[in-house]
Amino acid sequence: MDSVMVNVQGIVNRFGSQLVHDGLDMQVQRGDVFGIVGGSGSGKSVLLRTILGLRRPQAGAVQLSGQDITTLNPVALRAAKAGYGVTFQHGALFSALTVRENIQLPMLEHLRLPLDVLDGLAMLKLRLVGLPANAADKYPSQLSGGMIKRAALARALALDPPLLFLDEPTSGLDPISAAAFDDLIAYLQHELALTVVMITHDLDSIFRTCNRVGVIVDRHMVVDDLARIVDHPHPWIQSYFHGVRGRRYAPPAPSTGVPHGT
Amino acid sequence: MTWIVATASAERLNLQLQGRWVVAHAGDIRAALAALPEPGTGGLHIDVSHAAAFDLAGAWLLDDWLRSPIQAALPVSFEGELPDGLRLVRDTLGAGNRADQEQDKEHPFNPVRLLGETTIERVDDLRAGVRFVGRVAVTFARACVSLRRLRPISIVRHVWDTGFTAVPIVALVAFLISIIIAYLSATQLRAFGADIFVVDLVTVGVLRELGVLLTAIMIAGRSGSAFAAEIGSMKLNEEIDALDASGVDSTEVLILPRIIGLTIALPLLTFIADIVGLAGGALLCQQLLDMPLQQFINRASSAIAPTTFWVGIWKAPVFAVLIALSGCYRGLQVRGSSRELGRLTTMAVVQSIFLVLLADALFAVLFMEIDV
Repeated sequence: MDSVMVNVQGIVNRFGSQLVHDGLDMQVQRGDVFGIVGGSGSGKSVLLRTILGLRRPQAGAVQLSGQDITTLNPVALRAAKAGYGVTFQHGALFSALTVRENIQLPMLEHLRLPLDVLDGLAMLKLRLVGLPANAADKYPSQLSGGMIKRAALARALALDPPLLFLDEPTSGLDPISAAAFDDLIAYLQHELALTVVMITHDLDSIFRTCNRVGVIVDRHMVVDDLARIVDHPHPWIQSYFHGVRGRRYAPPAPSTGVPHGT
Repeated sequence: MTWIVATASAERLNLQLQGRWVVAHAGDIRAALAALPEPGTGGLHIDVSHAAAFDLAGAWLLDDWLRSPIQAALPVSFEGELPDGLRLVRDTLGAGNRADQEQDKEHPFNPVRLLGETTIERVDDLRAGVRFVGRVAVTFARACVSLRRLRPISIVRHVWDTGFTAVPIVALVAFLISIIIAYLSATQLRAFGADIFVVDLVTVGVLRELGVLLTAIMIAGRSGSAFAAEIGSMKLNEEIDALDASGVDSTEVLILPRIIGLTIALPLLTFIADIVGLAGGALLCQQLLDMPLQQFINRASSAIAPTTFWVGIWKAPVFAVLIALSGCYRGLQVRGSSRELGRLTTMAVVQSIFLVLLADALFAVLFMEIDV
């Protein structure tokens, strides 16, 4: 099987006169945890929407598991969308449905399953992301921020997709919950052999979970292994990893005085 | 499609999984598992290695099916290692955790309980409604101190939104309804040769009741729903909390201008509806009964008492307050979900129309008692 799960080739995204991406390339290999970083307004969300097939780029190709989704017809695109799971920044749980119904919705739409199988699988996914069983019948408005993120992850995993997209999975969580969520992502990635693409601003998340990092600078993407990209000479990348907030990751580790907290 | 090849040897059931054990085929796989023979005392031996794919759903189905043989203490063995998926399912659900998968069931249907709950709900709703009206009244009294706190700009915006933009539809409805009355009464009265009384019916009907009532119903559907939806989505977006937290009284900023704005707009719209209604009546009398315009005017001015017009117009502000109050009140009750927003917007419209009709009935009795 092809080992490139996501292959973005030379995409161009333009809004009016504003050029967001100008021939952006990005490859994600099977088993990668790929972090996308970039300044506010650098087009991370536009890139994600393009990869998900929610937005057609002005030029370029996006291949998911070898299929170019920019040229697919609507029926084939719908089938391709069953091949990945997504969580959105604010969870985007359906507020009129319970957590259980939220998890079951993709299964109901794409598959024909008996009711008890649906219930059993929803419960399994719920427990898999670390939610208690009694959360199943709650509505999103009754959940805390961390639980919403977990429930959204459970919904993204509903169809056992090999590919998972996460948009700022730890934003809005306290440092302890964020660390727990990072551990959950790493655990699931390992156990389910997932390929994960995540947009994040959280340096802790990147260092805890990612092995590859792509930085959007100047409408292009700089991709490298995590260990090497921190030494990339581009000024934005330098200030991102070695600025005030990133300083504690700077190699070599300082011997004294830098508290490891968040 | 074969999912499982089962062979029995010496009391032991050997299962070889085949094909793609993935969530897409979960229904078929479950049926195949259910069709397997009962394992003998030799237990089970399972070989997963021939399955083309074995995802978490497949593992869960197998694990779920294995519960009864394991409970019966039959030996279950696997070819090679325990498959990863199955291990993950067992780690996740755990042996001890199965019990709490049982959901606490809803209370069975009980009419007495339901009646009690509904009664308490209604009483609470009524009490909250009264409290809301009280809060609005107090805020209004406080805001009257200065013009700035009455938010004139906001009021003008609401007069525009609820009044000016509604003129075409209100005029059209008034025109149509006067034609309906004129036509209906003309066909009936002509039989008695009492054609001239069509004028009485149209003018008194439009001025006293129908002009204001239909305008109010149109506005309840148009602006009552808009108020509920606007305030409800602000509530969902925590904008109301943000206002209150920044020391701004949300009732003063959001509710009062809407009520005052609609109270100004509805009498003006009623006036327009009255004019258009009378014009429609005159037009139809001319076309249908060959009545010259001058005769219509003469008859109309003798048919209507000096109070007829004012009886209609005075009801408009009362209806406006009722519509604005129920729209804003239901909007503020929205909590949590988009479905709530829809439910309460619907409720706002239904309730404001009901309140308008109820008030109109009370007015009819009142006016008859005081003889106007």
